[in-house]
Amino acid sequence: MAEKVIMLGNEAIARGAYEAGVKVSSAYPGTPSTEISEYLVQYKEDVYEEWAPNEKVAAEVAVGASISGVRAMACMKHVGLNVAADPLYSVSYMGVNGGLVLVVADDPGLYSSQNEQDTRMVARAAQIPVIEPSDSAEAKDFFKTAFELSEKYDRPFIFRTTTRLAHSQGLVELQERNEVPDKEYVKNIRKNVMMPGNARLRHVEIEKRNQELAEAANTLPINTLEMNDTSIGVITSGIPYQYVKEALPNVSVLKLGMVNPLPRKMIEDFAAKVDTLYIVEELDPVIEEQVKSWGIQAIGKEIFTVQGEYSANMLRTAVLKEEVKVKAPAEAPQRPPILCPGCPHRSVYHVLNKLKLHAAGDIGCYTLGAVAPLSVVDTTMCMGSSISTLHGMEKARGREYIKDWVAVIGDSTFLHTGVNSLMNMVYNHASGTVMILDNSTTGMTGHQDHAATGKTLMGDPTYAIDIPALCKALGVKNVVEVNAFDISLLEKTIKEEQAKEEVSVIITKSPCVLLDKSKKPLYIAHEDKCKKCGMCMKPGCPAMTKNVDGTIHIDDTMCTGCGLCETLCKFDAIELVKVGE
Amino acid sequence: MATKNIMIVGVGGQGTLLTSRILGGLTIAGGYDVKLSEVHGMAQRGGSVVTFVRYGEKVAEPIVEEGQADVIIAFERLEALRYAHFLKKDGVLIVNDWRIDPMPVVIGAAEYPENILETLEKEYKVYKVNATEESKKLGNPRVFNLIVLGIAAQHMDFTKEQWYDVIEKTVPPKTIQINKKAFDVGYEL
Repeated sequence: MAEKVIMLGNEAIARGAYEAGVKVSSAYPGTPSTEISEYLVQYKEDVYEEWAPNEKVAAEVAVGASISGVRAMACMKHVGLNVAADPLYSVSYMGVNGGLVLVVADDPGLYSSQNEQDTRMVARAAQIPVIEPSDSAEAKDFFKTAFELSEKYDRPFIFRTTTRLAHSQGLVELQERNEVPDKEYVKNIRKNVMMPGNARLRHVEIEKRNQELAEAANTLPINTLEMNDTSIGVITSGIPYQYVKEALPNVSVLKLGMVNPLPRKMIEDFAAKVDTLYIVEELDPVIEEQVKSWGIQAIGKEIFTVQGEYSANMLRTAVLKEEVKVKAPAEAPQRPPILCPGCPHRSVYHVLNKLKLHAAGDIGCYTLGAVAPLSVVDTTMCMGSSISTLHGMEKARGREYIKDWVAVIGDSTFLHTGVNSLMNMVYNHASGTVMILDNSTTGMTGHQDHAATGKTLMGDPTYAIDIPALCKALGVKNVVEVNAFDISLLEKTIKEEQAKEEVSVIITKSPCVLLDKSKKPLYIAHEDKCKKCGMCMKPGCPAMTKNVDGTIHIDDTMCTGCGLCETLCKFDAIELVKVGE
Repeated sequence: MATKNIMIVGVGGQGTLLTSRILGGLTIAGGYDVKLSEVHGMAQRGGSVVTFVRYGEKVAEPIVEEGQADVIIAFERLEALRYAHFLKKDGVLIVNDWRIDPMPVVIGAAEYPENILETLEKEYKVYKVNATEESKKLGNPRVFNLIVLGIAAQHMDFTKEQWYDVIEKTVPPKTIQINKKAFDVGYEL
């Protein structure tokens, strides 16, 4: 028997890529898709993988590899697919040479995202077939199926996961790698050059291919029928299938491994055999609306929500009308995510807060600067948007208006899509101040390298983009670098740059505190010297608490010795006690 | 055997992922079907985190729901309070008697509840230990979670040798000895 191991959904996809004979993978980190690329590195002898600066680049790299004749993939989160939408809609017309699969991870329940969009909707709009697994074992096996179907039907595929699938572990049976021979590249501009005359013909062609695939879906082994008690029938796919099995073990189930296009005949036959048909799918009614449009009666979003994750208890209540008795949770203060102790962003935000500035924010750990006590970030929308948002405000309300504003953006996000916006500011005579919070990594997704870190995903040293030089090359005359923890210099610099009538970039350079794993120096608070003024508490460091008498206590298991509190204390009540090794 | 439901709750950064890896390895060694579900990403930044572990003959759902947990391992008092209602009737709550203030408490917008353990003991079977202090005595406050796991081991279906074996395979090689020592502290409490 094959070896069984426990794998995260994302790890299983990486294994599936290896076994499928994938040769090229490109990705930009995004929760909950990030670990796929990180697990794939163990197969670097056989699979080339890289971090791209953004998802559009990653998707195009994969398309290029496919055109050249090898199996290729790109990984991203749901909102990353929006960035890659441009190549997505057109590669749909082109089709593939080597198999091509984009892994796209949705986030029902918004564990780490800015919206709850459903990738299946985007896929339908772009006419891209979608496969969705329901556990780690399927994540590996269906991924291989996706490549086979991609080549057989000349279609790029989306492999859709959700946070629960990506971040759950289950047992997986390992198999050998299938060394797929490279396909021959044959010049074919009718297929690969999407100018109007060619694209018109390709549109006809892909309609035909999708119809063939829809027909084939009726007999695909990844769409499975489990006939039991026929009083209730359920059509479902992905993780919700597991909730159905848990809550309704005796009902009949049509489980879809391919969720676009749908197997119409299979669904019609199933619907005819059951008394009441339910459609159980998280997020949007994608399956439901199509099924109902065929005149089939079914119950879906009338009783199931379009928001968040489902659960077995939810189905027991909604379908079986069972009264599920659960205790009410105890009253407990919320514990929202926060900047880590020693985070350089805290220091920067403390200064911005002191200067009473507003910040147009961006996507990263530093989005957390929106909440108390730092309360600096006013807007966050999507990757790279901070700089263009600030620019829009200036063009709407004038230079004086944005004297109270800055844009803040991380190093990885700046390289992702912020750089275009900075180009726009210089080109269109802006005067705003952009702060690049450079912590030398892609922080929030768990420390991935990027084009300015000097290291590739596969661990090789490489050229590190010089961010100050890049800004200067774009035409920014005022580029200043400041240590994030030098708060007096930072304050002075911000005031100076805000006074200028042209674009300024302030780069606060301090590595993410979690990158350095060496023993840190440590601060203690002297209760006898503490005047209870509360200055050191202002930045909201989680290592600091107030004693009952109002003096300060520093938790020695959390302090990283950043020294921000010592800088803020005017009474020498905070002292460095242990020097790190 | 009925599916067994374990939860690990704590504050992001306390090592819940390492703990879930140990439990995952253990359940496989025991020959069970297993599913684990964990939290990555934004919530790991000092937020409340929860990991589910389910093992048995055949496991479908990867999450544990309210009223279903056999064992909850809480790395912090307030998180024990937050998730205690997930316990089933005879469930066991193992608590690291340690306080980490959430931001609403740090900034004075909320109070850290008094007497959490006393409140919980009235309703649940609670085993408490100040594992953070105990682990400092061992020389590394990061291994506190193995002390808590040692207590949990008394309420699970695996031998001490199986625990040792999976600890050796999971933790960084240099820390095997101290992690096993920490496990012993909890196991013998």
